[in-house]
Amino acid sequence: MHEVVQALILGILVGGIYALMASGLTLVFGIMKVINVAQGALVILAAYLSYALWSHLGVDPFLSIVIVTPVMFVLGVAVQLVFVRSLRGPEASELSLLVTWALALGIEGILSVAFKTTFRLSLPSYADTTWTVLGYQIAEVRLLGFVASGVLLALLSLLLTRTRFGRAVRATVQNPTAATLLGVDANRVQTLSFGLGVSMAAAAGAVYGVIYPFNPGSHYDLISRLLSIVVLGGLGSIGGAVFAAVGMGVVESLVAVEISPIWSSFSFFVVLIAFLIVRPQGIFGLRERVL
Amino acid sequence: MSALLEVEGLTKRFGGVTAVSDCSFGVPEGSLTALVGPNGSGKTTAFNLITGYMRADAGAIAFAGARVRRPDPVTLARRGLSRTFQQARIFPDLTLVENMVAAIQQPWYAAFRRSIRTPERERALGLLDEFGLARLAGDRARTLSYGQKKLLEFATVLMGEPRLVLLDEPTAGVNPVLVEQIEQRVRELNARGLTFLLVEHNMNLVMRLCDPVVVLDHGTKLAEGPPSLVRDDPRVLDAYLGG
Amino acid sequence: MTRATGFGLARGAAFAGAAVAFPFVFTPAWIVNIGVLTLMYAALATAWNLFSGYTGYITLGQAAFFGLGAYTLGITFEHVGIGSGYNPFYALPLVGAGVALASLPVAWIALRTRQMTFAIVTLTLLFIVQQLAFNLHSLTKGSTGLMLPTPRFPIDSYDRPFYLAMLAILLVALGLCWLIMRSKLGLTLLAIREDEEKARGLGIRVTSAKLVAWSLMVWLSAMVGGVWAYYLTFIYPESSVDPLVMIGAVLMTFLGGRGTLWGPAVGALVLVPAQQYMITRLGASEFYLVGYSAVFMVVLLLLPRGILPSLRDALDSWRERRRTHGSKPVVHGEVRA
Repeated sequence: MHEVVQALILGILVGGIYALMASGLTLVFGIMKVINVAQGALVILAAYLSYALWSHLGVDPFLSIVIVTPVMFVLGVAVQLVFVRSLRGPEASELSLLVTWALALGIEGILSVAFKTTFRLSLPSYADTTWTVLGYQIAEVRLLGFVASGVLLALLSLLLTRTRFGRAVRATVQNPTAATLLGVDANRVQTLSFGLGVSMAAAAGAVYGVIYPFNPGSHYDLISRLLSIVVLGGLGSIGGAVFAAVGMGVVESLVAVEISPIWSSFSFFVVLIAFLIVRPQGIFGLRERVL
Repeated sequence: MSALLEVEGLTKRFGGVTAVSDCSFGVPEGSLTALVGPNGSGKTTAFNLITGYMRADAGAIAFAGARVRRPDPVTLARRGLSRTFQQARIFPDLTLVENMVAAIQQPWYAAFRRSIRTPERERALGLLDEFGLARLAGDRARTLSYGQKKLLEFATVLMGEPRLVLLDEPTAGVNPVLVEQIEQRVRELNARGLTFLLVEHNMNLVMRLCDPVVVLDHGTKLAEGPPSLVRDDPRVLDAYLGG
Repeated sequence: MTRATGFGLARGAAFAGAAVAFPFVFTPAWIVNIGVLTLMYAALATAWNLFSGYTGYITLGQAAFFGLGAYTLGITFEHVGIGSGYNPFYALPLVGAGVALASLPVAWIALRTRQMTFAIVTLTLLFIVQQLAFNLHSLTKGSTGLMLPTPRFPIDSYDRPFYLAMLAILLVALGLCWLIMRSKLGLTLLAIREDEEKARGLGIRVTSAKLVAWSLMVWLSAMVGGVWAYYLTFIYPESSVDPLVMIGAVLMTFLGGRGTLWGPAVGALVLVPAQQYMITRLGASEFYLVGYSAVFMVVLLLLPRGILPSLRDALDSWRERRRTHGSKPVVHGEVRA
C-alpha cells in the first residue's frame, strides 16, 4: 500500500510536467489544426539550453526558465512563420504533421552534432535532496518541477481567460471565421499561439533537464507520450490534456511499481488504444461528425 | 397513405441549448413533404438526426415500417434513404461521370470489377442529360458553377435508386432559372413514385409544390398539414413574424 | 487520378525486364546492395501510397508492420524452422498475411477516428511494436537482437536473391496499385479521399474499403520487412521499427507524387542512391539527420504535389496552350492546391 501511494505521488509529480508540455501541443492544435510533432524535440532543445547555462554559467535550472522561455518563444514564432504558415489547402494539417516531424529530425541532428549523444543531466546542488513527508519520499527537483508547471499552467489559464489576446485565442479555436469577422487577426493569433506553445515546451524542458537524463534521441519517448496524452484528453482541449497527463503519469508510475518498469511506457499506449475503442474523440473531444 | 418515414419524440441537446425537442411527424409515401420553420427552429438538426449524421438524445425513427435503431448514413442510404447537403457536396477532383458512378451502390464483390463499366456510364450519362449536364460529363466537378454542383449532387443521389430523398435547402443560393429546373425535376421524379422531404426557406416554392407541410418552431412541431391550412394557421404566422 | 492504360502495361513490362536484368549485368556487390535498398524503399513507398495516397489518411505506423514482418520471420526461424536457402522467401506471403490479419483489430479501432487522430494512433502503434520487441525478451531476444541463419547463397552473387525478392514484392505492389486504380475499389477510395462524409451519405461502405487498402499495405510492408531481416541476418528493435525508414518511404512518396502509380518508385530511385552517397560522405554522423530533415522540408514546402503530378500538370497546360493557340481564355474553377 505504501508502495502504491508512493507511486501515486510520483505519478502526479511527473504528470504535472507532462501536462505543461502537452498543453502547448494541444493549444496549437486547437488554433491551427496543426500537430507539432517537434514539441518533444523542442523540450529537449530547451533542456540542452538550460543545461548549457548551468554547466557553463552556473545558472540554476529553474531560474533558467526565465531566460530559455522567451528565447524559445521567438524561435517558435520564427518556425511558424517560415515553415508552418506557408502550408495551405485542404491537406495543411497532414502536411504540418510531416513538416514538424522533419523539424524534429533537424533539431535532433543539430543537437547531436553540437552536444554528441552522451546523456546529460543538470545537477544543481539540491539535485539529490529528498523530502520525507508522512513517510513518503519526494525528490526536491520533482516537487519544484511540479510547482513550476502548476504556476505556469495557472499563468496560461489567466492569459487565456483574462487578456484580450486570450479571448482572441479562444474565439479562434471555437470559430476562426467568426473571429476574423470580429476583427481578430487570425495570422497573428496563430503565430503568437505557436510561440506560446513552444514556450510551454521550453519551460518544461528546463525542468525536464534536471530530473531525467536526456540526449538528442530522447524526443521520441517524449513525443510518443505527449501524443497519447493529447489524443486521450481530446485534441484541442487544454483541460483534457492536463487531466490526461496527470492520469497517465499515475498509470505509468503504478505500472512501473506493480508490474515492471519496462512496461511503464507501454501502458501509455495501451490506455490510449483502450480508450479509443470506447470513445474515439478522447475525454473532452467533440463527438459529432464534422459536417 | 402510410408513412414512409416516421419520426417520434426526436430530441437533441447541445450543451444548454435544446435544438430539437420532442419532435414528431411523418412523411407519407409518395408525397412531397416540406419541413419549414423560422431560423433556429431545428430543421437542419432534425435533418441530420434523421439521416444519421448526428446521434439523437431521445426519440425513434422508423423507415419503411422498420425501426432504425442507430441511424447511420451508410446503412440508411443502402435502405433507400438519401440526402443532399446545404452546401452542395460533390467530389471535386472526379469527373461528373465518376461522381455519378461512385454513387452506385455495389455489393462487396463488385469492388474489383472495372471502375466504370459501359452500362453504368450509359446510365450516368442518361441521368446527367435529364439534368442538362451531359455535355460536361468529362469535366472535373470542381469546374462547375454552384448551381450546377447542386444539380450534380441531386443527380448522384438518384443513382442509388432511393425511395426517399431528403433535400437540404435545394434552392438556396441558386438563380431563379435553376430553381425552376430543380422544381421540375422534383415534380417529375415524384410523379414516378419517389418520395421527398425538403427543408426549404423559399415559401412560395413550398406552398405550390409540397403537401404536407410540417412547421417547426424552437425545435418542436408546430403544425402539420396541407399548405393551405398551415399557411393560415395563426400559430405559424406568429412564429414567423415574431412576437 | 492517373488513368491506367495499355501503354502503362508496356511501361511496366519494360521496367520489370530492365530491373530483373540489372543484377546480372552489374554484378559488384555494392551496386546490387544499393539496388536492394532502392527496391526495398520503392516497395515500402508504393505500399504506403496504396493506403495513404488513395484514402488520404496519413498512416505513420508502417514501420511497425515492417518490424513485425522482420520479427515474425526471425521468430519463425528460431522456433519453427523454415529451412534455409530460398524457402524463407516462399514463406513470406504467409508471414505478411499473418501480420495483416493481426493488424485488423487495431485498424478497425484506428479507422473510427478522424484523420489527425488516425495519424497519431498509427504513430503510437509504431512505439507499441517497438516496446514489445524490447520487452518480450523470450520471443524476440529484446535489445540483444535476434539472429537469423545465414543462407548459403554463392558469395559472388549473394545479394542477388534478395534483390529479386524485393523486386518481386515491388512488382506485386505496383500490380495491386494498378488493379485498384482501374477498379471500383479505386473509385471508392478516391471518393473517400475527396469527401468521406459525402461518400457515406451515398451508401459507400467506407470502412470496408479502407480496411481492404489497409490490409494490402500491411501485407506488403511485412513482406519487405521479412526480406530485410533475412538479408541482414541480425535484427534488433531500434533498427527493425525505425521511424527513419518509414519517414524515408513517406518522403519518397511525396517526392514522386502521392496517388500516382510510379511516383513512390521514382522517389525511391532518386533518394536512395543519394542517401547512400550522403552516408558514405558524411559517415554515420548526425549530419545525416539534418540532411534528411532539409530535403524533407524542401519537398513538403516547395513541391508538395511531387515530381510526377507536377510534370503531368506542366504537360497538360502545354497541351492546352497548343490546342487553343493561346486565344481562348481558360475558364476553370480553382487552381489545384
